Amino acid sequence: MRRRRAGLTAFVVGGVALAVALAFLVSPWASDEPDGLEKVAAEEGFADTETGHALDDTPTADYEVRGVDDDRLSTGLAGVIGVAVTFVLGGGLFLAVRRLSRRRATSSGPAS
Amino acid sequence: MTVHIPDGFMDGPTSAGAAVVAAGGVGVSLRRAAEVLDDRRVPLAGLVAAFVFAVQMLNFPVAVGTSGHLLGGALAAVLVGPAAGAASVAVVLAVQALLFADGGLSALGLNVVNIALVTAVAGYAAFIVLRRVLPRRQSSIVAAAGVAAALSVVASALAFVGEYALGGTGTASVGTVAGAMVGVHALIAIGEGLITALVVSAVLATRPDLVWGARGLELERPSGAAAHEGVVP
Repeated sequence: MRRRRAGLTAFVVGGVALAVALAFLVSPWASDEPDGLEKVAAEEGFADTETGHALDDTPTADYEVRGVDDDRLSTGLAGVIGVAVTFVLGGGLFLAVRRLSRRRATSSGPAS
Repeated sequence: MTVHIPDGFMDGPTSAGAAVVAAGGVGVSLRRAAEVLDDRRVPLAGLVAAFVFAVQMLNFPVAVGTSGHLLGGALAAVLVGPAAGAASVAVVLAVQALLFADGGLSALGLNVVNIALVTAVAGYAAFIVLRRVLPRRQSSIVAAAGVAAALSVVASALAFVGEYALGGTGTASVGTVAGAMVGVHALIAIGEGLITALVVSAVLATRPDLVWGARGLELERPSGAAAHEGVVP
């Protein structure tokens, strides 16, 4: 039972597309209830020790895109931006450390 | 929607200490990842980070008035290895704190320790133990990943409790915070386990050769996926 496997590029493209779809289509419908930590902080009375975030006034703070009035569209777009930035930043970071380590290995390794 | 430790929950020394531990841990992870990642796993690590970002946005209800979301460290560790997995989730946390004001800037170290390092290391350790005791089958990889992911959430909650004990600014006792954190995160752990099992099983069905935690399993498959490795682009 041999199945044709998806190519690596197709797999990565498909995976990113799925992440974009989840961020754009599903995240606007995610639960608005406080998460586990927020709930515990509220119940145990330390939620009010939270101080403001220095970047609260930035254009994409709190997963909203400033200027987009529709809440769900705003959250969805923020999600897409986040997926794209994370993919580029993550992929770029791993590519950079990989290149760096290979260069170090070839420069210190025995000549062949 | 804020889902991580904000500024102010922990005192300065504890936050700073966690930042040092986080920086060291991510540095070691990146160095290790650079050594072990082959070329095809580099884009994969980026994909894992992007995917964890997306799924962390999907808060699911766990009890009345409470939600939970994937942490993703164990999932990432099973897919690309603990080193690249931890670094991937650290990238997610940095993007969330810097671009979406989610998770305090002073708390970034705490969040990286709890959500990237502890989940990847504890999750992968549990995964290895479970994989060893279960039969050598794909379904065992899925089950081990799911259970390990669930345990990693509890480990992460305990890490928070440890930090709270060291430098929490709240007045609640460590004992009650511990009970509450473990209680609610035991429920969130179920969701983490299910999502992790689902994703790992989907990747195993598509490209089993790309699952770090399933390395070595392929050799025993009669179809010999490794045999035509060379023709796969």
